[in-house]
Amino acid sequence: MSTTTELSETTLLRFATAGSVDDGKSTLVGRLLHDSKSVLTDQLEAVERASTARGQEGPDLALLTDGLRAEREQGITIDVAYRYFATAKRRFILADTPGHVQYTRNMVTGASTAELTVILIDARNGVVEQTRRHAALAALLRVPHVVLAVNKMDLVDYQESVFAAIAEEFTAYALELGVPEVTAIPISALAGDNVVEPSANMDWYGGPTVLEHLETVPVIHDLSHCHARLPVQFVIRPQTAEHPDYRGYAGQIAAGSFRVGESVTVLPSGRSSKISGIDLLGEPVSIAWTTQSVTVLLEDDIDISRGDLIVPSKDAPPTTQDIEATVCHVADAPLTVGHRVLLKHGTRTVKAIVKDIPSRLTLDDLSLHPHPGQLVANDIGRVKIRTAEPLPVDSYSDSRRTGSFILIDPNDGTTLTAGMVGESFASPEPVKDASEDDGWDF
Amino acid sequence: MTTTVAAVAEGTDAPYALSHLDALESEAVHIFREVAGEFERPVILFSGGKDSIVMLHLALKAFAPAAIPFSLLHVDTGHNFPEVLEYRDRTVERHGLRLHVASVQDYIDRGVLKERPDGTRNPLQTLPLTEKIQAEKFDAVFGGGRRDEEKARAKERVFSLRDEFSQWDPRRQRPELWNLYNGRHAPGEHVRVFPLSNWTELDVWQYIAREGIELPEIYFAHEREVFSRSGMWLTPGEWGGPKDGETVEKRLVRYRTVGDMSCTGAVDSDAVTLDDVIVEIAASRLTERGATRADDKMSEAAMEDRKREGYF
Repeated sequence: MSTTTELSETTLLRFATAGSVDDGKSTLVGRLLHDSKSVLTDQLEAVERASTARGQEGPDLALLTDGLRAEREQGITIDVAYRYFATAKRRFILADTPGHVQYTRNMVTGASTAELTVILIDARNGVVEQTRRHAALAALLRVPHVVLAVNKMDLVDYQESVFAAIAEEFTAYALELGVPEVTAIPISALAGDNVVEPSANMDWYGGPTVLEHLETVPVIHDLSHCHARLPVQFVIRPQTAEHPDYRGYAGQIAAGSFRVGESVTVLPSGRSSKISGIDLLGEPVSIAWTTQSVTVLLEDDIDISRGDLIVPSKDAPPTTQDIEATVCHVADAPLTVGHRVLLKHGTRTVKAIVKDIPSRLTLDDLSLHPHPGQLVANDIGRVKIRTAEPLPVDSYSDSRRTGSFILIDPNDGTTLTAGMVGESFASPEPVKDASEDDGWDF
Repeated sequence: MTTTVAAVAEGTDAPYALSHLDALESEAVHIFREVAGEFERPVILFSGGKDSIVMLHLALKAFAPAAIPFSLLHVDTGHNFPEVLEYRDRTVERHGLRLHVASVQDYIDRGVLKERPDGTRNPLQTLPLTEKIQAEKFDAVFGGGRRDEEKARAKERVFSLRDEFSQWDPRRQRPELWNLYNGRHAPGEHVRVFPLSNWTELDVWQYIAREGIELPEIYFAHEREVFSRSGMWLTPGEWGGPKDGETVEKRLVRYRTVGDMSCTGAVDSDAVTLDDVIVEIAASRLTERGATRADDKMSEAAMEDRKREGYF
């Protein structure tokens, strides 16, 4: 009995890794999985069999994570994979993102649900362009916690000065971008220093190991600064003898908390009522908070359907048909001005048109390229979108859930673009229009 | 940053952090409701195995106090455990659900499918499944697949688009961002939906224990006649065992997965309660598929190849 209870008390941390192939990302992931005993005997045997069949001497731990035929054939990682491991303290979902050329959309995908990102650096190389890209993406996606893992410390004689210089340079850069918190850890993924076990080779380091940090970083949500938001997914109406008048608005709370008795407004209609009850999957509760899936009952029978947003009357976002956002284009076909798309925000999907692409961001130096005309796969840029119906959008910096959207191709359903509403960290100044006669400016 | 967080939670994780089971449950319920909101004819694949039982339990909670707006679909291999079929029918009746059955035996009897020499019927399920989906015009098909089961499944999306031949193309998957699932599909195409994507085997068992969910008895240790083949304890039956040289014996066993009798093995176990099972799973050094599924051992890419063809 005690086992069940103890194991049930853990929390869940979603995190993502970022790093290019040579930084030792696979080794770090392999070691976290292996040393937390999440790689089981039959999986290891399968890797050993496959490695031997390929003529490799030792087991190739990358085979644990490269799951697809084409990946094994080409020795590359195609796509984000999700991995699971647990310690006595916490359960982990790791978005394992590949480090090759298509890193941007993959890292955006992985980071969109992550509460923490581990950015790997090779201690011999220090902060490089790729590191700056990873930091910029973490800042852009507003990942709450960033870990800088300075890897391959064994190859720089475990020198404190090497680590200190890298950590200082990276932290200064990341904080300037708006990353709220950086934890720098000197490691050797290969030798196992400070990944799961504290290193005997770096007495000068007094901080946590990577796993200790993952186990203890807070995953609670800052409810006091959150605007409460409930996108309505589905209206529950049993219409049975037992529940003839039950009319519940089901959804997952995207931010903040709701209480019974609270005055709420439904957007975009603007009608108001009071919460008369909250059902938490069949059980009545008096308060519910972010990421809980609930069913809300209102005092008045007002017209509410899927796609509506329930918010506190005293804290309603404005509705708008003109959205400015920073986007990451994830499809192979480009996004152009004039493109007619579908925009999914919360539980609402509306028609929209791309009115303008004012700039494209160069992640390497955070410079803005004005009026690029189009965004191609992996590009990050600013976009102005006009929607067919008003939407209640928050700024992504206030709410990752109600400040985000995706663009969908109405013809074939392709997911085109990931969008984050509001000002970008990288555009403090208006873009200078230096392109009046370059033919791209519509 | 740290100060505001601490101020809200008064220095502790409680009460605004969800336990990992609550977080997984909430996410799965969100997925069920998205499908209910966006699709015309969703169906839940229901085998009577623990993952599909948990799926059904989550669906019931997602729409309570209303009935679930989905029907069930079982692909009957013809080699199912009688205890599991009995459980299936009892469950369907108790919740007043509609059950569709796609029968592998029918296909064999009609000569459309041919029995394999090894007697394994798992790969034969794909055609009856995909034809049933087309015939009934199901546009969303819930499966209990978990990403922790197998490395090809680790690459699976929560909403996984299948073409008109039900095929999965891992290179053409849509990126999944935030919790904004994209269910768009053309007529004839459908979407496989995996609400348990982020669950592990242990999560499933812990959740079953927490919710007090009833399971078929074969999941718990019991005396059973079995014989050994390829290192697995199989249940004898008309499906093709034991053969010459294979001897039946009585052992104390239980099943970790439930599937076709010809390729689902039992494990030696004395776990008779849910807590026993959880302790056993937590200590096991084998994955459930490595321990008890013959079909995944056929080749390094067995699961990926079957999934590409339309398997769940």
